[in-house]
Amino acid sequence: MKRHLLSTEDLSRDDALLVLDTAERMARVAEASVRKLPTLRGRTVVNLFFEDSTRTRTSFEVAAKRLSADVINFSARGSSVSKGESLKDTAQTLEAMGADAVVCRHSASGAPHRLATWVRGSVVNAGDGTHEHPTQALLDAFTMRRRLGRVDGLAVTIVGDVLHSRVARSNVWLLTTLGASVTVVAPPTLLPLGVSSWPVEVSYDLDAVLPKSDVVMMLRVQRERMSAAFFPTEREYSRRYGLDVDRAARLADHALVMHPGPMVRGMEISSQVADSARSTVVEQVANGVSVRMAVLYLLLGGSGETT
Amino acid sequence: MAVSAAGDPASRRPGVARTVLSADDITRIVSRMAHQILEKTSGGAGVALLGIPTRGVPLAHRLARRVHAVEGVELPVGSLDPTMYRDDLRLRGVRPLEVTEIPDGGVDGQVVILVDDVLYSGRTVRAALDALAAYGRPRAVQLAVLVDRGHRELPIRADYVGKNMPTSRRESVAVRLREIDGADGVVILPPASAGDAPPNDGPPADGDQVTGDEAGERA
Amino acid sequence: MSGETVAPANTAGSGHTAGSGHTAGSGNGRGQGGSWVLRRVRPLGGDPVDVLLTDGIVGAWRPAGSTSPDSEGLPPGTTILDTDGLILLPGLVDLHTHLREPGREDAETVESGTRAAALGGYTTVFAMANTTPVADTAGVVEQVWRLGLDAGHCDVRPVGAVTVGLAGQRLAELGAMADSAAGVRVFSDDGHCVSDALLMRRALEYVKAFDGVVAQHAEEPRLTAGAQMNEGEVAARLGLPGWPAVAEEAIIARDALLAGHVGSRLHVCHVSTAGSVDLIRWAKAKGWQVTAEVTPHHLLLTDDLVSSFDPVFKVNPPLRSARDVEALREGLADGTIDCVATDHAPHALEDKETEWAAARPGMLGLETALSVVMETMVVGGHLDWAGVARRMALAPARIGGLPCTAGDPGSSLAVGAPATVTLLDPSPRRVVDADALASRSRNTPYAGRSLPGAVRATFLRGRPTVLDGKVV
Repeated sequence: MKRHLLSTEDLSRDDALLVLDTAERMARVAEASVRKLPTLRGRTVVNLFFEDSTRTRTSFEVAAKRLSADVINFSARGSSVSKGESLKDTAQTLEAMGADAVVCRHSASGAPHRLATWVRGSVVNAGDGTHEHPTQALLDAFTMRRRLGRVDGLAVTIVGDVLHSRVARSNVWLLTTLGASVTVVAPPTLLPLGVSSWPVEVSYDLDAVLPKSDVVMMLRVQRERMSAAFFPTEREYSRRYGLDVDRAARLADHALVMHPGPMVRGMEISSQVADSARSTVVEQVANGVSVRMAVLYLLLGGSGETT
Repeated sequence: MAVSAAGDPASRRPGVARTVLSADDITRIVSRMAHQILEKTSGGAGVALLGIPTRGVPLAHRLARRVHAVEGVELPVGSLDPTMYRDDLRLRGVRPLEVTEIPDGGVDGQVVILVDDVLYSGRTVRAALDALAAYGRPRAVQLAVLVDRGHRELPIRADYVGKNMPTSRRESVAVRLREIDGADGVVILPPASAGDAPPNDGPPADGDQVTGDEAGERA
Repeated sequence: MSGETVAPANTAGSGHTAGSGHTAGSGNGRGQGGSWVLRRVRPLGGDPVDVLLTDGIVGAWRPAGSTSPDSEGLPPGTTILDTDGLILLPGLVDLHTHLREPGREDAETVESGTRAAALGGYTTVFAMANTTPVADTAGVVEQVWRLGLDAGHCDVRPVGAVTVGLAGQRLAELGAMADSAAGVRVFSDDGHCVSDALLMRRALEYVKAFDGVVAQHAEEPRLTAGAQMNEGEVAARLGLPGWPAVAEEAIIARDALLAGHVGSRLHVCHVSTAGSVDLIRWAKAKGWQVTAEVTPHHLLLTDDLVSSFDPVFKVNPPLRSARDVEALREGLADGTIDCVATDHAPHALEDKETEWAAARPGMLGLETALSVVMETMVVGGHLDWAGVARRMALAPARIGGLPCTAGDPGSSLAVGAPATVTLLDPSPRRVVDADALASRSRNTPYAGRSLPGAVRATFLRGRPTVLDGKVV
C-alpha cells in the first residue's frame, strides 16, 4: 500500500481488496476474549481534527487502541491563527512529537494532501471538505460484502447531496473499482456539473431506480442548502428524494439501506426505514473500527526503522 | 504495496536447490509424529491441533488424519495467525493477515499443539503463544514442527520434530506441500549470490517461506 | 554575449570590456545610456543586421557583421555587443502587473517587481491598483510612479482604481489620477469585478474625457461565491467549488454591450475561456472598441494541475480546460485577443503554503512570459516574431495609451524609433528555478518545467537595464 491513504480514487483494486480482507481478519479479533493486539505498540497515532466529528474520531481512536498504538487527540478547531498557518504549524508540531500516523479531518478539500507533503509519517484522510472520505467508503464496501457476500456486480444507488458529499465521491471510485455499478440520484442542483465524466449512471427519479438496486445509500442533506436555493423546501426534497416506508417497499427483499450518518430523520430517511432490518446503520459503525484497524495496520505495521 | 507474500524462493535464487526430504519421507515423518503425539498425550484425549499459516495448517490436518487412521480419534483442527503479535513487523514489512480459526470447543483446558513447518529463530512460535492467549487458557501448549533448522533466538524447543536439519543462516529451507504447492518436498536453497541480497543483518525468521536473507531484504 | 568598447578618438579596438555596458566617454549619463552596436542581431527574427543604438534611439542599421570597433561613424565609447542569432524585439509592455507596493512589500516591491520585469524583457509595466492603500487617489498613483522612476528598471505606469477602495460602490477620482504626474489612463478594480451595471456604464463614459480605458476583471460575483477552481470535471472530482466560465462570459457580454452603447473603450483582463473569445470576436465584429488580454499561464496550463492541491496553481480566473487553452491560443493568433498580459501576482510563502481554499490566488509571470509565449505560440506556429511584438509590445502600449507608439512592429525597430528593445536568445531551453527568480516571491507555476528562450538584454531608451541576462 502507499504511504498515505488520501483518497479512494487512486486506490488500486488489489489494495482495496487487501484492506477489506485485512478488515475481515480484524473483525475476528473482536470475537477473541482479549480484543487488544500488541501490533502497533510504541507507535503514535495523532487524531488531527479541524472539524468536529465525534463518531469518526472515536472510531479511529478505538481502532488504534485495539492495536496498542498511543493515541493523541489533537483538536485544532477554533484556533485563532489563520487556517493555513495553523495547518503548517500543526504539521511541524506533529513532526516534533514523532507522529507515525496522522488521521486528519479538515473542512478544506485537499488539506490532508498538503499535510502529507509536510510530515514524515503516514497521513490518513478522515474526510476533507467535499472531496473524499476514504475509510467511510471502505467500511461501506466492507458492510456490503459482509451482508451480500460481494461487491462485484452489485447495483448501488447513492441518493442525495452528491455535490457536497465526500462520502459519495469516495464511494463512487471505490465501488466502481471493485466492480459495482453505481447510480447517483439527486436533484440536478446537487450534482456536480462534471458528473458526466464519472463512471456512474445519473438519475433524477428515485422511484425508477429503487427496484433495480441491491444497495441504496442515503446521504445527509443539510438544511442550510435550502437557503442557497439548491431546493425549494425540506418537504419537497423529502417528497422527491427521501426514503420512507412506501418507497422502501419498492426495494428487492435482499436490498440494503445504508447511511453514513449522522442521519437527518424525516428528511432524507424516515425513522422506520432507518431502524428496519435492511438498514445497516449500526453495523456500519462497528465495521468502521475493523476497517480503520486494517488501514492503520497496513500503513504502520511494516513501517519504522529501515536498514 | 509491499505486502504480498514472498514468492517461491527457489524461483528467485540462482544456484542449485538441494532436496533433503522427498514426498515419501514427509509421509513417513508425519506418520511417526502422529504416533508420537498419541503416545505423549495418552491417546490424544483433550488435544487440539492449531496450524500456523501457511503450511502449518495442512500439516495439522495431515497429523489429525493420521491420528484418526491409527487410533480412530477425531482431533479438532484449527489455525492460528500470529502476525499481529510479531515483534519484528517493522523489520520485515507489513504482511497480509492469515486466517485464525479456533475449533468450536475453544482452547480452554485443552492440550493445544501448535503445528508449523519450520522452526528457526522461535519468534513465530513466541508470537503464536501470545496470540493463543487471546483465545483462552489451554491446559498445556506443545509444539510440532516438520523441520528444525536451528539458530534459535528464544528459549523455545519443539515437542515433536520431524527432522533436525542443521543449516547455515545464509541458506533457506523451503517446505513444499501438496495442498499449497502441488507437491511434497523439502529443499535447501543455497545462499543468495553477492549483490542479490544484503548481508544477513536482520534476525532470522521461522516460517515456510521467509528466510533470514529475506528478512534482511524486507527490513 | 560579449562586448568590445570603441575607445574615444583614434584608439579604436584597444579597449575591450566584458559587456558590462558601462562605457566611458561622450558624456552619456544614465539617461542616455551610451551607444551600442547589436552585431548580427535578427530584428523580429528576420535576417541579421548590425543595429546601432545611440542617443536613446535606433541610430542606424548596417549590414550584418560589418561593424567593428574601427568602423566609421561610431560615436566614441560605443560598445559592440556580439548578438549573433539573438532576436530583436521592441521592449515588452505588460498591461497587468501586481507590484504589491505599498502594503505588501514582503511579497514584492516596485524595485523587485520591475527588476523581474526587466529580466523578462519588459520596458513598461502597468501596476495594478489593489495595493494597501488602494491606488484610488492621485497621491497613491504618484507614489507608485515615483518609486518606479527611482528603481529605474523599467517604466511604471500606475493603474487607477475604478471605485473607491475597489468596493464597487462609487467612482474614485478618475480625473485627478489622469491629471496627476502619473498620467493614469488605465482604470481597473482588478481582483474585483465592477459588477454593478450602472456604475460600469458611468465609468466607461467618464474616462472618455481623457481617453482612458476601463480594464474589467470579468467575474459575476454571485456565480463565483466560494469558488476555488474551474467548474468542470476536475472540480467535480476534487470536491472544490466551481468557478463557472459563464461568470466571466456574462460580464464580458454585458460590458461589450455597454461599451458599444456609450461608445467607450473597454479592455477585458485575463480572458480565460473559449466562450469569452467568441464574445470578444463578436464585439469586435460589431465595431465596438473592445480589447482583451490573455495571461501566459492561461495559454499553457490546465485545471488538471489542481489535482495536486498545490496552491501554486490557484489563480483567478482559474486555470481552465485544454479546450479553452486551444481557443485562447487561436484567439491570440487571429488578433481577437489583442495582447498578452502577465497578471504577475506575487504572494508571500505563507499565503501559498496552505490548504487550497485558504491560499491566495495568483502566479508570478514577468520572468517567464516571453518563454511561455514562445512555447505556446511560436514553437507551435501560431505566431511569428512580428506577431509576438504586436501582442507583447505594440498592442498593450496602444491600449495603455503610451505616447509615441509605433504603428507596426517594423517601424518600432526602424531608424529613429526609441531604443527600447529586448534581445531574446531563442535557442536554449531552461528549467525554471523558483529560487533563482528576481521576484521577492516564489509562486511560479512553472518551477521544474522546461521552457524555451532566454532574455539576454533589455534596453530602455538606449540604456541597458539587462545585459548578459543580468540586471545592470
